[in-house]
Amino acid sequence: MARADLKQRKLDATTERLRDFAMPAGGKWAREAREAALLRLTGMGLPTKRDEYWRWTDPSSLISPDDRRAAVFDAGEPRPFTDIDALKIVFVDGVFDAEASDELAGENLEITRLAEATQADIHWASSVYGVLEERGQTPVERPLGALNTAFASDGICIRVSGVVTRPVNITYLHASETSDAVLHHVVKLEEGAALTLLENGPAAARFNKCIEVEIPDGAKFNHVRTQGRDHERRAVTHLYARLGSNAAFKSFTLTANGVLTRNEVVLELVGNDSMAHVAGAALGDGDFHHDDTVFITHDAERCESRQVFKKVLRNGATGVFQGKILVKKDAQKTDGYQISQSLLLDDDSQFLAKPELEIYADDVVCSHGSTTGAIDEQALYYMRSRGVPKTEAENLLTLSFLAEAIAEIEDEAIAADINDRLVAWLARRGHGKG
Amino acid sequence: MLEIKNLHVKLEEEDKQILKGMSLKIGEGEVHAIMGPNGSGKSTTSYVLSGRDGYEVTEGSATLNGEELLDMDPEDRAAAGLFLAFQYPVEIPGVGNMTFLRTAVNAQRKARGEDELSAAEFLKEVRAKAKTLKIDADMLKRPVNVGFSGGEKKRNEILQMAMLEPKMCILDETDSGLDVDAMRLVSDGVNALRDGKRSFLVITHYQRLLDYIKPDVVHIMSDGKIIKSGGPELALEVEHNGYADLLAEAE
Repeated sequence: MARADLKQRKLDATTERLRDFAMPAGGKWAREAREAALLRLTGMGLPTKRDEYWRWTDPSSLISPDDRRAAVFDAGEPRPFTDIDALKIVFVDGVFDAEASDELAGENLEITRLAEATQADIHWASSVYGVLEERGQTPVERPLGALNTAFASDGICIRVSGVVTRPVNITYLHASETSDAVLHHVVKLEEGAALTLLENGPAAARFNKCIEVEIPDGAKFNHVRTQGRDHERRAVTHLYARLGSNAAFKSFTLTANGVLTRNEVVLELVGNDSMAHVAGAALGDGDFHHDDTVFITHDAERCESRQVFKKVLRNGATGVFQGKILVKKDAQKTDGYQISQSLLLDDDSQFLAKPELEIYADDVVCSHGSTTGAIDEQALYYMRSRGVPKTEAENLLTLSFLAEAIAEIEDEAIAADINDRLVAWLARRGHGKG
Repeated sequence: MLEIKNLHVKLEEEDKQILKGMSLKIGEGEVHAIMGPNGSGKSTTSYVLSGRDGYEVTEGSATLNGEELLDMDPEDRAAAGLFLAFQYPVEIPGVGNMTFLRTAVNAQRKARGEDELSAAEFLKEVRAKAKTLKIDADMLKRPVNVGFSGGEKKRNEILQMAMLEPKMCILDETDSGLDVDAMRLVSDGVNALRDGKRSFLVITHYQRLLDYIKPDVVHIMSDGKIIKSGGPELALEVEHNGYADLLAEAE
């Protein structure tokens, strides 16, 4: 079929699919932002497996109108970050739970639900909402990001006017087997402000989430999330951030289980001397498909970016990594690092990686590496020869494989919480699914 | 203590026989040394005893206090009291030396039905033993053997041996890559563990090490078996004359 025909078919299918979607009512700014996003979306069409960036991850079940069931999973253990003192915000199947949430206020914080912010004709969130998502559409189209901007039912808008030490913790509970949630958060930091955002939980049977973060000069954004252990859940997430000068961005994601997860991170470094680190650890057992798609644009001097992604796969699980560093012409002295690695615990699992560097500046240091491997037999023998049982030795080696990603978590208590969960996941191996 | 009887071993991958009727008997508290030219099967002996993959035992047995080692997993051999100090200690990035050591000590204790050491007890013991081997706090914190010099790696092996308190210690070319000072330090570490009950099998190319760790019996190994055994004087003979005469004699 000719390319033009294919595109037309895609657009027709998109129009057809979007009949089921209703744009939430809202004030002037929200209406404009949503309509612009819809226009972007209908211009691109919803993704299909034919698209270059969806070649390894079939998007159909993230879009299809079919009933996408996901059994609710009770881990029978405390949720992540329960021991971390934080401002708590709770959504159940994408619906805000006022009872379970703290008062949406704090020092140096202005917090509004998106559902409320969108009712006004003018709101500060309009300077971010859909803005970074739109910027992130070139050079690679992200139609599910536009879909989110157009149709997100709710979310949290956080404005940070100074350094906030107590994190904001968003918990996404999953209660309905057929829930289909679309949430969109906006974080706007003032110059020199700082915020740690935690997220945890499966959210819904199917979840589409966007976060847009504006990080101006001297501001700092720290993000740690865990995506919930419900085996059948599906999620597509987009995390957009734009950094001014001397700004810092750190994000870490733990994904254990989930039948399909696509995490996109789109970062733009537009001010000098900034740093952006994005890391992830994914643990998959059986019916598990996990995709990290990262795009970092260096458009200023002396910025540092790091991507550290590790996946442990067994029992037929699939891991995907598509990571790109784009260094623009004037982004001299860029320091870019990217590593994506998988540890395959058996012969049935697979890891697909596409590391990309595109560099137009002539004075940069960029390195990237991608490996797929099994447990190091030599190390295993050495440990066993000291009396460490095979499973315990394998677990230690698996944790050591993940260590570089975990090291990206700045806060020690949070890192310890994440580490405990990795240990528990490994301990469940051989005792049914994690 | 350790009894190897008529051991025949070949490489799994290729049809190559390495051990061809190796026999050896080490009594309680004894120190035996094995010397021999390259390729005679010395290191293979240590690997087969400790349970490394890639070898197939076609005949013979190896028992530790009457228990057949060759049927056991490597970790069970360790729990039974066997320890191999590696010629090339393995680097394990990401696993802290201390974590590893404590995991190993407690895994063995657990396997033997003993109580695990508490963090405090372990720390106290490891610090004292590390000190005599001149292993500093930094080395204990670093990942296992990563960035260690040759001498540091060997000292770390001896520290593991001291902490695990095995009954039967095999030292595979522990002197390789060591300068004289390091060799003395390592030897002192080994000698400190000689208590009249613990047995040692020292594999080496050079008589020099045996000046520090004095053996009761010296074996000469060639082409997969022991061709001659004797007292410490046998090592001196090798040092002076090489293996040629001994090999010719055995022919």
